[in-house]
Amino acid sequence: MQLLEGKNLTMVFGGLSALNSVDITINEGEVLSVIGPNGAGKTTLFNLLTGVYSPTAGKIRFRKQEIKNLKPYEITKMGIARTFQNIRLFGEMSVLDNVMIGQHCRTKTGVFGAILKTPAVRREEAQVREKAMDVLKLVGLDDVYNEKAKNLPYGKQRRLEIARALATDPELILLDEPAAGMNPQETNELIELIEKLNDMGKTVLLIEHDMKLVMGISKRIMVLDYGRKIADGPPEEIKNNEKVIKAYLGEATLREGRAC
Amino acid sequence: MNYFFQILTVIMINSILAVSLNLITGYTGQLSLGHATFMSLGAYAATLLTLKLGFPFLASLILGAVVAAFFGFIIGVPTLRLKGDYLAIATLGFGEITKNILLNLEITGGPMGLRGIPKVTNIYIATITLFLVIFSLNRIMNSRVGKSFIAIREDELAAEAMGINTTKYKILAFTIGAFYAGLAGGLYAFLFRYINPKDFGFMKSIEILCMVVLGGMGNTYGAVLGAFIITILPELLRVVSPVIAQYRMVLYGLLLVVMMIVRPQGIISGSSILDKIKPKKLLEKGGQ
Amino acid sequence: MFFEQLLNGLTLGSTYSLIALGYTMVYGILELINFAHSEIYMIGAFLGLIMVTVYKLPFPLALLITMAGSCLLGITIEKVAYKPLRKSTRIAPLISAIGVSIFLQNAVLMLAGPQARSFPAGINITTLNLGPFRISSLQLLILLVSIILMIGLHFLIQKTKLGQAMRATAQDKEAAQLMGIKIDQVISFTFAIGSALAMLGGLILGLVEMLGAVYMSRYKDAIAFAVLIFILLLKPTGLLGRRVQEKV
Repeated sequence: MQLLEGKNLTMVFGGLSALNSVDITINEGEVLSVIGPNGAGKTTLFNLLTGVYSPTAGKIRFRKQEIKNLKPYEITKMGIARTFQNIRLFGEMSVLDNVMIGQHCRTKTGVFGAILKTPAVRREEAQVREKAMDVLKLVGLDDVYNEKAKNLPYGKQRRLEIARALATDPELILLDEPAAGMNPQETNELIELIEKLNDMGKTVLLIEHDMKLVMGISKRIMVLDYGRKIADGPPEEIKNNEKVIKAYLGEATLREGRAC
Repeated sequence: MNYFFQILTVIMINSILAVSLNLITGYTGQLSLGHATFMSLGAYAATLLTLKLGFPFLASLILGAVVAAFFGFIIGVPTLRLKGDYLAIATLGFGEITKNILLNLEITGGPMGLRGIPKVTNIYIATITLFLVIFSLNRIMNSRVGKSFIAIREDELAAEAMGINTTKYKILAFTIGAFYAGLAGGLYAFLFRYINPKDFGFMKSIEILCMVVLGGMGNTYGAVLGAFIITILPELLRVVSPVIAQYRMVLYGLLLVVMMIVRPQGIISGSSILDKIKPKKLLEKGGQ
Repeated sequence: MFFEQLLNGLTLGSTYSLIALGYTMVYGILELINFAHSEIYMIGAFLGLIMVTVYKLPFPLALLITMAGSCLLGITIEKVAYKPLRKSTRIAPLISAIGVSIFLQNAVLMLAGPQARSFPAGINITTLNLGPFRISSLQLLILLVSIILMIGLHFLIQKTKLGQAMRATAQDKEAAQLMGIKIDQVISFTFAIGSALAMLGGLILGLVEMLGAVYMSRYKDAIAFAVLIFILLLKPTGLLGRRVQEKV
């Protein structure tokens, strides 16, 4: 079952095309990784799918609905959430508040409701809080719920980003280099977490440089190079793809990938 | 004693102004250089309603604030698409435009302003209004609405990615802030019994900004403290030496620079209302 | 009559553009609206006035001294009020800049009083006849000076090593620093030039105002600001500004 389909996606920045007619399909329930050298257009692809940029050309359909001209917050509401490559948490807010914010688009208390604090508002507030704690437990941050987000160590900040995205109740979750800067221990925990998410029925789109993680977890891998798609298939096939080896992997990395 | 109560009443009014600007600049992170505009709109609307149409005080006060909020919304819709410096300039521009129009319209009395307003505002009314403003604001800030404001300040793009319609919430903060400022304007008019466009110029906006910066951006009680200090300071200076009191504006300028360099978070720092309330509540629910 | 109005507008406009050039240089390098810029040109005009009326200095010498003074003032403002805030949030230097502006404006107001001072013309004004058109020598001088300065500035920024350093600093301070550019010096220098331009503009403005402004609408200020806001809404980064895409 196709969840998302991008057709002929093209993004041009001042004469420079960061993405050149790329097709992407994401099937429900799979873990799809996008890999490629720096500057291949991976993050640009994410930005198109989440409405940060509007594509110069092409179509994006999520659940058969055109989303290319929607604002990021509308896309989030439809069920696509993301994390950022360079962590973008609400630093001065508590860990819990960060996650509670994630449920913004699923709740509806307005100004007057907030002032009057009606029973319905209180109920919603309690539900949001409870669910936020559940999500924090899932990613293993429930013990630091009251810390300011900016005071967390790096690895935990990355996990909080995932928790915040999860709180929006997405069907599809986009993770932009979640393992960047993590030590092997943290990376292993991250792999477990992503597998857990997938078991829960979430579809995952992943940008990652850590080949061990990518090869171990992906059902399918898509390779970008200079803004073009050069390969798309299961990990085994990608490992042996001549084009990919030439453009990106190189002998050493490839062997490493086989070893695991 | 009369003088004492007068000062106290002005402190309350200024506190409302500082608290409302703090909502826009401190919590939501949008620098507004035209906050006195909304005060003037509230003051003029309330005054005209009473003088020309014979509305009772309370109705004029509230409707005046509604008028201010309406203009806050009207001004906010286009300008809040602008960011940072550009927004600051646009708000400054709208302030000057409003002043210019008030100075030239017949109904607002032009440069002569409006006179003969009944004196109704007293310390009790001002205090109760301030209390209601802070009470409602705290409730808003503790809700998902207030958290969205802070999220926008912290990272607008991330807030948008979390499903917050950032434009809508910025306009909302602007409108609520304008409503409160309009209340303060009405109280001001019914206290001094005379209003003039020059009372609400750029310098008044800067004065309000000083209060917020001094007390602590992003903290309601900091804003009240800032309003207290900035209001009382010139009065104290006048007692010490009338000459120094004339240098009030010079002092404000210096204050802004020094605060930014030495203690940008203000006297009371951070979003303390949020910090204080949360942990207890969670323990009640048995969060662990 | 129309031609003369046009010429008046052009003269005044070129003066303002000198001031604006200083503004935009500072903005370009620090991305900060230097609210104190207008105070620099105000103080420049006062300094010039003092040099000419109190110390009876000849106009060119007064000009040089005033320029030096303005440069110094600009550099000092940057060092005191902006440099410590270079790494803080965007709102902090903006508030600091407003503070400097309020401070200087009111300090001068206290010292010099609110009454307007008139500038004695340092040069004799003659009227030149160009066919059917008349132009005063003062206007001609102002236009010439403005044009020469603009060309000079363009040369400085586009062709010299220093200009290159300025452009590099404006694009990316850290990278510029890694390339061995002393960014503190470059920024100071930018402030110095910007301030000198502002001051020159201020001084010339003092002279131009003698020509008398045309009566416009009572809503002059409102219209000016309305135009500004309208343009900002259509093009949020100004008429010729480039659109900056935020990097995600």
